[in-house]
Amino acid sequence: MNRLNKLFNSNKERLLSIYFTAGYPALNATVAIAEALEKAGVDFLEIGFPYSDPVADGPTIQHSSEVALQNGMNLNRLFEELKDIRQRVSIPILLMGYVNPMVQYGVESFCKKAAEVGVDGVIVPDLPMYEYEKLYAPAFKDNGLSNIFLVTPQTSADRIRKIDGLSSSFIYLLSSSSITGKNLEVSFAIEDYYKRIQSMQLHNPAIIGFGINNQQTFDKACEYAKGAIVGSAFVKFLGSENYLEKIPEFVRTIRA
Amino acid sequence: MKYGVNDQGYYGDFGGAYIPEMLYPNIEELRQQYLDIIKDADFRAEFELLLRDYVGRPSPLYYAKRYSERYGANIFFKREDLNHTGSHKINNAIGQILLAIRLGKKRIIAETGAGQHGVATATVCALKGIECVVYMGEVDMERQAPNVARMKMLGAKVVPATSGSKTLKDATNEAMRDWINNPVDTHYIIGSVVGPYPYPEMVAQFQSIISFETKKQLLEKTGSELPQYVLACVGGGSNAMGMFYHFLDDESVKLVAVEAAGQGVNTGHSAATTYLGREGVLHGSRTILMQTDDGQVVEPYSISAGLDYPGIGPQHAHLYKIKRAEYANATDEEALQAGLLCCQLEGIIPAIETAHALAHLEKMKFKPTDNVVICISGRGDKDLSTYIKHFGF
Repeated sequence: MNRLNKLFNSNKERLLSIYFTAGYPALNATVAIAEALEKAGVDFLEIGFPYSDPVADGPTIQHSSEVALQNGMNLNRLFEELKDIRQRVSIPILLMGYVNPMVQYGVESFCKKAAEVGVDGVIVPDLPMYEYEKLYAPAFKDNGLSNIFLVTPQTSADRIRKIDGLSSSFIYLLSSSSITGKNLEVSFAIEDYYKRIQSMQLHNPAIIGFGINNQQTFDKACEYAKGAIVGSAFVKFLGSENYLEKIPEFVRTIRA
Repeated sequence: MKYGVNDQGYYGDFGGAYIPEMLYPNIEELRQQYLDIIKDADFRAEFELLLRDYVGRPSPLYYAKRYSERYGANIFFKREDLNHTGSHKINNAIGQILLAIRLGKKRIIAETGAGQHGVATATVCALKGIECVVYMGEVDMERQAPNVARMKMLGAKVVPATSGSKTLKDATNEAMRDWINNPVDTHYIIGSVVGPYPYPEMVAQFQSIISFETKKQLLEKTGSELPQYVLACVGGGSNAMGMFYHFLDDESVKLVAVEAAGQGVNTGHSAATTYLGREGVLHGSRTILMQTDDGQVVEPYSISAGLDYPGIGPQHAHLYKIKRAEYANATDEEALQAGLLCCQLEGIIPAIETAHALAHLEKMKFKPTDNVVICISGRGDKDLSTYIKHFGF
């Protein structure tokens, strides 16, 4: 059982996950940021590997990806930076990115390397279920990696069941169909959607992401799910001076 | 069809639908409904009527006498440049707007490179009274300014894509983001045979009218519906796929696609995808694309905005890999010279995109009895400033 499964099998509620793009704002920052986030009480991490054409991302993460690529970040470099991370960080770590860099690296090598450095799961928004099942599932399983699937308000019940069946730690529930970094308006429609998912009694817990950027949106998400993910708001924060010192403060603005 | 798509949306190793979950319902809706809709008699009747009375189809197959003399073969031009709005792009735009209406969509988005697809989309939206937003790279907005003005006159909102190379690839990214944000009421009219399945197939079918007509016209003019060669330029590859479509299974017909070499295939300023690219995933399909060793998409270059794209449609990738079609390329300079030659020999100012296909004639060897069809995909009005600047008229 990997760290992620352990966390989700525990009774812990109101889980907070933070996303950041590796290589932003600078190279060699990944481990220090991860360490500071763990110390600030964050429950698990999503480390993005940058891609030139991130279609599911809004301006903030697009910008961080662009800077990261200019800084020379790539998968080889990232695995090099993560080589000793398990000596300093013990919370679960997911890698998140687009399929093409992974395909070029070789999906099997990618999974093997990820497991080697202590990664617990992967989120690849543009890797479809069909291709995952047909081509890549063994590589994930052989290396003990969870593959996390996304669900949106438009995802059909049948498909949610199928995703639940293929998932092995949690389901990533999008607060709305949108690119990353949009402000979430908590509405009746969203609550209905959260309730609908809740009532399906899925095997896997849900974590809500997209549009979570303050205490109010985090609390609302936690009413219906086991926790929430903050991405763009944190990436924006990383653009500020002395961000490492201010990480505990940032985390408190989300989960008091 | 031997070279057609399978049930999973693949052409051999290429195609599929590599899309984030946010787009899944839209793509699934299209996949489930588009075939029924486009086979429906009411749809066919409206599509065919508009192609005839609004677009001006069938487009002529013109025997280019002076070209034939120059190249020592019977050269025919398939005159898509004579279509309403000036290129083949209108065929697909009409098909997709009729489809969108039948899907109950209220808003249309599109990406455009040269602006021809944007103009075609803005046109059909005006025709049907539907809101239209066109994404266009900032660089392309400058070099294709007349088309930007045309789209605005037609009532479309033109939104500059300011990320990356600020060209067609980035406009496509922005359009996909818009669609993710507006999944229910919006239809995305992709202008080429790219994107997640079923787009490559759907666009190819709408453009297949080009080869469908060509066969009949050739039969009339030459006594055979099959030529020896068919040529077309390729960016994403929609005019080429339309031009190849009904010839794919006729193995005696040699299919030649011409990519944009830009300043030269080895200069680092090129858009010759099959020459420079490798297999990977771009804009929702597995295809061949220009990329770094790390899988980052390389910014392409071509003087022609319509060919300035780092990938090709998945069916082209398949035809390339199994060698059913030949993929050649022409430089900016070769294309510009070929464009000028076409003006002076035939009195036709071709789009710079089209001029790439014409340029390849210089490198081919024909028998006098060969029949050769070139798709004149668009007219060159939009490119006048580029021609003028280059030749100093």
